[in-house]
Amino acid sequence: MPLTPLRLGYVPLIDAAPLIVARELGFAAEEGLEFQLLRLGAWAQARDMLGAGLIEAAHMLVPMPVAQALGLGPALPDLDLVMFLSQGGQAVAVSAALAASMREQGHDFDFWDARKAGLALHRAAPGRLRVGVPFHFSTQLELIRHWLGACGFDPALEVVTVPPPLMAESMAAGEVDAFCVGEPWASSAVDRGLAALLLPGTAIWASPPEKGLVLRRDFTESQPQLTGALMRAVWRAGRWLDEPENRDTAAEILSRREYLDLPAELAERGLTGRLQVTPLGEIRHVPGFVAFHAGAANFPWKSLAAFFAQRIALRHGLEPAPAMEKAMAHFRTDLYRRHLREAGAALPGASARLEGALAEDREVAAEKGQMILRADAFFDGTVFEPPFAG
Amino acid sequence: MDKRLSIVVIEPDPERAAPIVDGLREIGDHDIRIISEETGLARHIAECRPDIVLIDLANPSRDVLEELALASGPTERPVAMFVDRSDEHLTRAAVEAGISAYVVDGLRPDRIKPVLDAAVARFHMFQRMRAELAATRAALEERKVIDRAKAVLMKARGIDEEAAYALLRKTAMDQGKRVAEIAQQLVLAAGLLSCR
Repeated sequence: MPLTPLRLGYVPLIDAAPLIVARELGFAAEEGLEFQLLRLGAWAQARDMLGAGLIEAAHMLVPMPVAQALGLGPALPDLDLVMFLSQGGQAVAVSAALAASMREQGHDFDFWDARKAGLALHRAAPGRLRVGVPFHFSTQLELIRHWLGACGFDPALEVVTVPPPLMAESMAAGEVDAFCVGEPWASSAVDRGLAALLLPGTAIWASPPEKGLVLRRDFTESQPQLTGALMRAVWRAGRWLDEPENRDTAAEILSRREYLDLPAELAERGLTGRLQVTPLGEIRHVPGFVAFHAGAANFPWKSLAAFFAQRIALRHGLEPAPAMEKAMAHFRTDLYRRHLREAGAALPGASARLEGALAEDREVAAEKGQMILRADAFFDGTVFEPPFAG
Repeated sequence: MDKRLSIVVIEPDPERAAPIVDGLREIGDHDIRIISEETGLARHIAECRPDIVLIDLANPSRDVLEELALASGPTERPVAMFVDRSDEHLTRAAVEAGISAYVVDGLRPDRIKPVLDAAVARFHMFQRMRAELAATRAALEERKVIDRAKAVLMKARGIDEEAAYALLRKTAMDQGKRVAEIAQQLVLAAGLLSCR
């Protein structure tokens, strides 16, 4: 039987792995699909091409479909997030100069204690702090605002958009003092001697949802079979990726010229969670640095749509309550249940929950039997209660 | 009379920027500027105060423009909003041509459309030229390889040029491959066999 072609857009980062692996290891073909993967240069490009119907699905920052739902983007057909592709995978880096002064003041770069790191940063940069993030609607921006806000930086904090490939340059040019970006771009800046890694995203928020699989709503409605096949292929790729012994192979595949086009060793750092934090070669090991499957990492909790919507709404002068309502309708837990049940995905009983409530992984009741949910606590104990979701 | 529009084209490749600017000149006497550097984009935009910004759909700096678009207050007016919201067809044509436009809110559609139409046409033309150039280069490259393969055969088998080409073509047909591929293989093999 001939394979059905599907055009998928991705931005070259390690968390594009589920799409690339689904194609390379045959999970797509198994579902009768031929993934045509298009490497994109900008997040706005992913959104616009999806909106114009030039691609069927996109690897996208989780807050982007939320912003679209709130009318903060161009007028495009409705975009829905059908599953998360990854959680974590971000790292916070500071300039070499800031790192030196933090070290002088006794900071040990343990790459874990977010409060300690935040306070040390505040001591080293008591005035203005400029932090680069990849997009105005990104998990990176939320991590930075949450973390540094809790460490006393407001209002001296200036968060600016810098395209990931330009993070290192913009730090070298003195335009930003720190940045938060997805791998491999943080490690790349360390290798060039321009930055030191201060924290993984997971030290600020244990399970920060990072990328989602986003489709046009009209496609999910007119092509339910293709939508299901696509979701299952990607979900199985994520399951394969979360077998620890597969991460080296994944790094090899991702680093190829047609995908990320960089040394496999660089992609491997984020994928294996063994990061070199300073140009001196200090290594820190972060279990669960990036997750593609384990602990129901793919389930698109409506409460997370509400979480991002509330924060985005408050920053843009919108009413939070209707914003949360709108955003939740775009995280398609219904499609997740319908299309992944038969593939064997563990399905939680509810589609919304308290966010930030799990200090440790926890076993909970699932639709069938038990399932494990990943720890999702914030470093400062923040808990977010979503509005009631039916 | 309408005032002149201030149009900024963000394009690091001068070869590509030139025809776009020419195309825009043809539609009216507008103030057109090219920004080629990637750093300090926000500052440059603020200085130009453009009505319309044109940029490659895939340019990573678009994500910076998105932020400027959202941040701009009524008094700053750097760029205000994405592709014209009213015309879906035009938006799609622009995305297909690989161009994105940022337009100040409130600019009349009849002023935006000719600018976008011109830019879309030029982007298409540039893409076609690039494709043609690449095809010409590839053809030239193949020609060279075939000539070298013919020379190898003429020398090794003591045949003339016509016979050498006939032999290449027959081999290609028998193998179900293109003449250029067979020539490439032959040249490679000959290179390996000659122990110089």
